[in-house]
Amino acid sequence: MGNTIMRAIISRRTVFPWAFLVLVILVGALPTAAVAPGTAPAVADRLAKLEKDVAQAQSSGDNAWMLTSSALVLMMTGPGLALFYGGLVRKKNVLGTMMHSFALMAIVTVLWAIVGYSLCFAPGTRFIGGFGHIFLRGVGAAPDADYAATIPQQSYMVFQLMFAIITPALITGAFAERMKFSAMALFMVLWSLIVYDPMAHMVWGKGGLLNSSLGGRIPTLDFAGGTVVHVTSGVSALVCALYLGKRLGYPKESILPHSVVLSFIGACLLWVGWFGFNAGSALAAGSLATSAFVATHFAAAAAVVGWGLAEWLRNGKPSALGAISGAVAGLVAITPASGFVGPMSALAIGFVAGIFCYLMVARVKAAFGYDDSLDAFGVHGAGGTIGALLTGVFAASAVNPVFRDSAGHPRAVGLIEGNAHQLLNQLVGVVIAWSLAIVGTLAILKLVDLIVGLRVSPEQEVQGLDLSQHGEEGYNLEY
Amino acid sequence: MTKIEAIIQPSKFEAVKDGLQEIGVDGMTVTDVRGHGRQKGHTEVYRGREYTVDLVPKVKIEMVLPDDLVEKAVNAILSAAKTGKIGDGKIFVSRIDDAIRIRNDERGQGAL
Repeated sequence: MGNTIMRAIISRRTVFPWAFLVLVILVGALPTAAVAPGTAPAVADRLAKLEKDVAQAQSSGDNAWMLTSSALVLMMTGPGLALFYGGLVRKKNVLGTMMHSFALMAIVTVLWAIVGYSLCFAPGTRFIGGFGHIFLRGVGAAPDADYAATIPQQSYMVFQLMFAIITPALITGAFAERMKFSAMALFMVLWSLIVYDPMAHMVWGKGGLLNSSLGGRIPTLDFAGGTVVHVTSGVSALVCALYLGKRLGYPKESILPHSVVLSFIGACLLWVGWFGFNAGSALAAGSLATSAFVATHFAAAAAVVGWGLAEWLRNGKPSALGAISGAVAGLVAITPASGFVGPMSALAIGFVAGIFCYLMVARVKAAFGYDDSLDAFGVHGAGGTIGALLTGVFAASAVNPVFRDSAGHPRAVGLIEGNAHQLLNQLVGVVIAWSLAIVGTLAILKLVDLIVGLRVSPEQEVQGLDLSQHGEEGYNLEY
Repeated sequence: MTKIEAIIQPSKFEAVKDGLQEIGVDGMTVTDVRGHGRQKGHTEVYRGREYTVDLVPKVKIEMVLPDDLVEKAVNAILSAAKTGKIGDGKIFVSRIDDAIRIRNDERGQGAL
């Protein structure tokens, strides 16, 4: 068509008037070009849409990872911890022990929906959250930008719930094989409200006393719950073991694990689930999650080597139970550090934790004679404490520039980078967690002892928790 | 009639059973048992704590035989179960007064 016109123009050999006309048209077009902003609204719209799409894509990616992580962390409790603990008790107590973990998956969830989440994360005081999110009010699809700006607050809520479930479940290792089920349930409801919720708020809640990024007075680094999860549960476990007393026959009679095989499967599930626990605590699917994932794995591996070597040297044989216990010890110790340290620091933390927890379990427990049945204190209390302190040593601004100066430049984070003060803050966090756990647990034990009584009768203890508490047996092999 | 009870290492059970079947023993009762003799079990270590496990797993074979088969059966067990190490087990031989087949009330050696 254009060619036809051109030919028409040229064929008439009236080039000049046509050229003039073209010029006029071009000049006429100029104002149109100058009014190009007339098309601008379209571009702005498209930009806005693009930005929205990008945000949505990031939100989708982050949310996918957070839902996956939430499921992984739930898997740590059931079946992970249930198998890990279930295998370590005698066969007459296997169901009773597994039921501790499973019942907490239900009880803590209900409590969390009613008031638990609110007491941890709704605006409140320095020590505990308020009632703003009671009955999950206001917890929906919109993100809470203070905590996780790219995922629905409901995702954040359910991710945090899985932590609130596993923490009390860890304690059950200390009173395994001798506590009434009713006492366990009541104890855990109170413990969640009185110990866990305040500690979680202090460390992770906005304005909490120990919060490192949302206006805490004493910024303490705890990426995934070294103090909140492992110190509180481990120390409370020790208090429980001391308060309840030893199991009948301990330590004279042989009380052996009935199936290290079950424990083995449980420990492997814990290791895998811990990727959700630690890498999920990045609250996004970015490079920080990768860094935490890597640190987690490396620490677990180094701790297996550490515990295994210590055991090999002392007993002449590296045991399977030692290997899996070492892995859990390393995972515990790296938990507070996972989002702040590089792979080499993770190796060091894991290796130290493996040896340290082995000595706690094999030497210190024997020296003091308390009956922490499944070593909840020796692994979680001791590992959590040393992990929280080592976080203050190894935390690196290159991994996570959590502290910045007024100009926005990253400041030194850990002791190795020159921030000795952080180690002091970590110590304060640990002392507060220990104190809250000791005082809270003692008070709750007294109260529950008065209301329902803590221990089963000696007859029931001999019979086993499966029959006496639940009316069934784990293994009916003759049928 | 004579009863033979043999308590042997679980790992030797298949060999003993085959040896007995070879010489014509056509019935036996087998039980998984735990026990100890002078062997006195072994130690196990869990998280640094040492436990003595003094009852160790064994297999008990019981059979009641016509008297002419007893010596052959004892020899078959000895040759299949012996390692020469502590913990190989024991054989007990005792007289049996009577035997009754429940299905048809048959008594004595015919009931075996």
